[in-house]
Amino acid sequence: MKKSLNLRRLSAFRLWSQLPSLETSRLPDVIMFAAAIALFYGVVTVGRTWFGPFTPSVEISRSLWALPAYAGYSLLRITIAYVLSLIFTLVYGYVAAYNPRAERFMIPLLDVLQSIPVLSFLPGVMLAMVALFPGRQLGVEMGAILLIFTGQVWNMAFSFYASLKSIPKDMREAATIYRFSWWQRFTQMELPFSAIGLVWNSMMSVAGGWFALMVCEMFVLGSRDFRLPGLGSYLQTAASAGDTRSILWGIATMVMVIVLLDQFIWRPVIAWAEKFKVEQVESTDVSGSWVLNLVRHSTALAKIRKKTIRPLSERLLLHFARKHTEEVSDGPSSPVGAWMIRSIVLLALAGICYGVVRVAMILSGLQSSELHQAALGLGATFLRVNLALLIGALWTIPVGVAIGFNPRLARIAQPLAQIAASVPATALLPVILLLLIHIGGGLGIAAIVVLLLGTQWYVLFNVIAGAIAIPTDLKECCSVFHIHGIDRWKKLILPGIFPYLVTGLVTASGGAWNASIVAEYFHLKGHLYTTTGLGATISQATDAGDYKMLIAATMMMAATVVTINRLVWRKLYGLAETRFRLEA
Amino acid sequence: MILADEPIIEARAIEKSYPQPDGTRIQVVGITDFSIEPGKIICLLGASGCGKSTLLRILSGLSKPSSGTLFWHGKPLADESPNVAIVFQSFALFPWLTVLENVEAPLEARGVTAVERRKRALRTLDTVGLDGFESAYPKELSGGMKQRVGFARALVVEPEVLFMDEPFSALDVLTAESLRGELLELWLTKKMPTNAIFIVTHNIEEAVMLADRIVVLGRNPARVRSDFGVRLSHPRDRKSARFVELVDYIYKIMTQPEIEHTLPDPESTGEILVPAGGLKSTQGREAPLRASKYQILPHARVGGLAGLLELLHDRGGREDLFRLSDELVMDVEDLLPILEACVLLGFATLKEGDVEISPQGIAFADADIQSRKMLFRQAALEHITLLKQIDSILKRKSDHSISDEFFRDILDEHFAEDEMERQFDTAVNWGRYAEIFDYDREAGVLTQTDLMPTELMHDRDSHQEASNPSTTNDAQPR
Repeated sequence: MKKSLNLRRLSAFRLWSQLPSLETSRLPDVIMFAAAIALFYGVVTVGRTWFGPFTPSVEISRSLWALPAYAGYSLLRITIAYVLSLIFTLVYGYVAAYNPRAERFMIPLLDVLQSIPVLSFLPGVMLAMVALFPGRQLGVEMGAILLIFTGQVWNMAFSFYASLKSIPKDMREAATIYRFSWWQRFTQMELPFSAIGLVWNSMMSVAGGWFALMVCEMFVLGSRDFRLPGLGSYLQTAASAGDTRSILWGIATMVMVIVLLDQFIWRPVIAWAEKFKVEQVESTDVSGSWVLNLVRHSTALAKIRKKTIRPLSERLLLHFARKHTEEVSDGPSSPVGAWMIRSIVLLALAGICYGVVRVAMILSGLQSSELHQAALGLGATFLRVNLALLIGALWTIPVGVAIGFNPRLARIAQPLAQIAASVPATALLPVILLLLIHIGGGLGIAAIVVLLLGTQWYVLFNVIAGAIAIPTDLKECCSVFHIHGIDRWKKLILPGIFPYLVTGLVTASGGAWNASIVAEYFHLKGHLYTTTGLGATISQATDAGDYKMLIAATMMMAATVVTINRLVWRKLYGLAETRFRLEA
Repeated sequence: MILADEPIIEARAIEKSYPQPDGTRIQVVGITDFSIEPGKIICLLGASGCGKSTLLRILSGLSKPSSGTLFWHGKPLADESPNVAIVFQSFALFPWLTVLENVEAPLEARGVTAVERRKRALRTLDTVGLDGFESAYPKELSGGMKQRVGFARALVVEPEVLFMDEPFSALDVLTAESLRGELLELWLTKKMPTNAIFIVTHNIEEAVMLADRIVVLGRNPARVRSDFGVRLSHPRDRKSARFVELVDYIYKIMTQPEIEHTLPDPESTGEILVPAGGLKSTQGREAPLRASKYQILPHARVGGLAGLLELLHDRGGREDLFRLSDELVMDVEDLLPILEACVLLGFATLKEGDVEISPQGIAFADADIQSRKMLFRQAALEHITLLKQIDSILKRKSDHSISDEFFRDILDEHFAEDEMERQFDTAVNWGRYAEIFDYDREAGVLTQTDLMPTELMHDRDSHQEASNPSTTNDAQPR
């Protein structure tokens, strides 16, 4: 009886959240308690697996029943990597924003690191981690997590740094004149100010995490075969066996996890982050989330908060405040600290020099024919990536604009495009390959299709957003002056969506370069499919354990991506910011 | 309280300058002595960009002077942590904190415990009339209410000196008026836990309304032009002869700083600390200072200039500045650049607080759109150094075009970064209007076309300018 009542309430969450009379309901508490039990079970299980002995070839089951557990493992890896990314972001962004000397090096470094394809980090990271934790599953596990981390962290760090730099001068001065301690400044000004940027970039980052995950859970490095239980390895195993049904189930599970994450994590967090908007007037459309309402209405959680977090934050606040007041009279830096920093910098410099020399030594062993081949690959991949972008833009612009101009269609299509954009290209690869090989196309064509399928959605949903953002009065102006057809595209639509289109294309371009590593070189049903391309060169070098080729090809790719970013995308961004900005 | 005369904050020979890449410095605040005594409201007046906010930030300890020393109750400020607060023009509230949390934040920073904090914050909110708004977020409040939160946040720490940086200029006229009244009432009834108030403003009436002492600041670099006491009793009547006289006097100082003016009616104004015209010598301290001898363009739009000249012409050619600003409901800050532009271009002259239109000005006011451009062009090429330079260089170059970097470099030698940009923007705005050159902002190129469209289109008449004079040529996007 009670249960059915609860169920009915569950189904009417949205209504429930708006009814003040139901606020005393115990339901949120029950759910939160259940969640705690589930979490405890998860921790125990994971601990048992991780600290178990190293099993080089875990059998990856293709059974449907293995899927939930695999999804859980994958999710856990992403979560841990995300937490690491967040910590790194806060430290890196903070140092870069406040230390002008460090800033000069840290920001260009970020730019380069962002351009290095994640997957080429794979061999180095894995070997290092396995060596660090010998004989434990933990090593491979750490390697995978670190790899996901490298796929997530850079844009978050950049966002945090940019936010810190754009805190208004007045606000900073207020914090100084009212003697905020370091801690108070951080929690009451810097973190809230950068919250919205961090949230949106976290979403992007986690999507990037799925991309890396699909590959790093199962791969061959020279003679060694690394496998971890997870969605990525499930999909790869299924693909190798040519088991279409399992592949589809795997992808369906992943889409479901992504949608659930959206509902249970991102929506509530975005709705919560609304309060960090720096605006003078209250905006009318505020995004809501039923999960957030649930959490807010849980009396038990409120009690826990009151008993734990609030006294703790109070203690911290007062502790740092007192320390700050004492510090005022002291000199700001002690000679010991300065020496510490100096020696750390020296060590880092030495490390960099050593690394550069070693790389140079390795590269000097490279044959000119190998370089020639890599250069050829670079050209092929360059063409492939840009062809994919072109095809993507050609169909998404008209379709996106059509959807954006039709509000009813947009309401349905936009979330779908968003989901499609969040499915990593790496996961789709086996399906497309199976299909294309069935039809009879080679990997040369299949690779383009994979790049296209993996990246066009970003363009599509940005174009939709851009078309929606074109002001109605401009559209009306066009109809008043009888501007139709091509003229309308040239004068209104293309300039109007330009900033959004650039954003979409930049993301798509980065993703496409990254995806080329898996798209051009693939094991399927025991066969090896490969084509000419820099991505294939990197994958091949990884497989063969050929480090000099791997380093050379990765450097080539990174240099290309950095160059394109600097020469093309940054200029287009500049244009979008100045000439094509639609001001209110 | 300590001796009434001993200043709370005293600045001796402070100066602020920014180093330039070539080793010289640009001075923003000239060598200045300044003190803030207890029991007074001190108003610092000055035109926009004259460095008054910089002076406030130095006096409050927010930024360090390039040279000179600050004393807090007679001790060097470096060893003390002065108990001061600032009310900001932009409010500078934390939008993610409620009103109560915003007011509690400074107390948290001082390590006050939760219960005590709450008590003091609520008491202060009550004083400024904000009870009932404790749990609201700043974005839910109107501008006036936001600034009340700013007051409360400043007062809750019971500062010895309350600094206010144009506290009313982001508010509409009525709200500002009522908030000023409340501030004065709190101060006069001693409900304000503060010993002195230092207000930076560009609103002359506001200063005369509130201040016990007024300091007028000149610019390039900022230095004290005049410093005098105000002895009018509260409440002050805007319409009273003494009030108007004082306002007039300040107008004169601000528009003609080089001349010494006599302070009206010594009974109402009290002693002069520094006569109008400023300290004659800035103690001969030699520093590799670069004197800014380059002509400074006032940041006025051609549209505003035309509007003012037409108005003046309609009024018979001469008008009192105070009445002009009162009637136009414009602050000096907005009016002054337009006036200066008119004077600089030879369209008008300033005489003892009055502005008088010149024959050229009359011609301009009477002209139609195209002839106006011609007249403006003549005046600009005659009087404006930068435009003269641009014109002659473009004429001499074979392709009649040049990169804007060239002129930015010229300006860069004389102005700080921000000011350089503004100078350039103003020059571009005027030059485009005068059709001296065309400017492609994206390419950053100034070009001159051979044929002058003005001359070709001269006979084409337009009726628009008569109906809407002030906005005709204000076309440049910001």
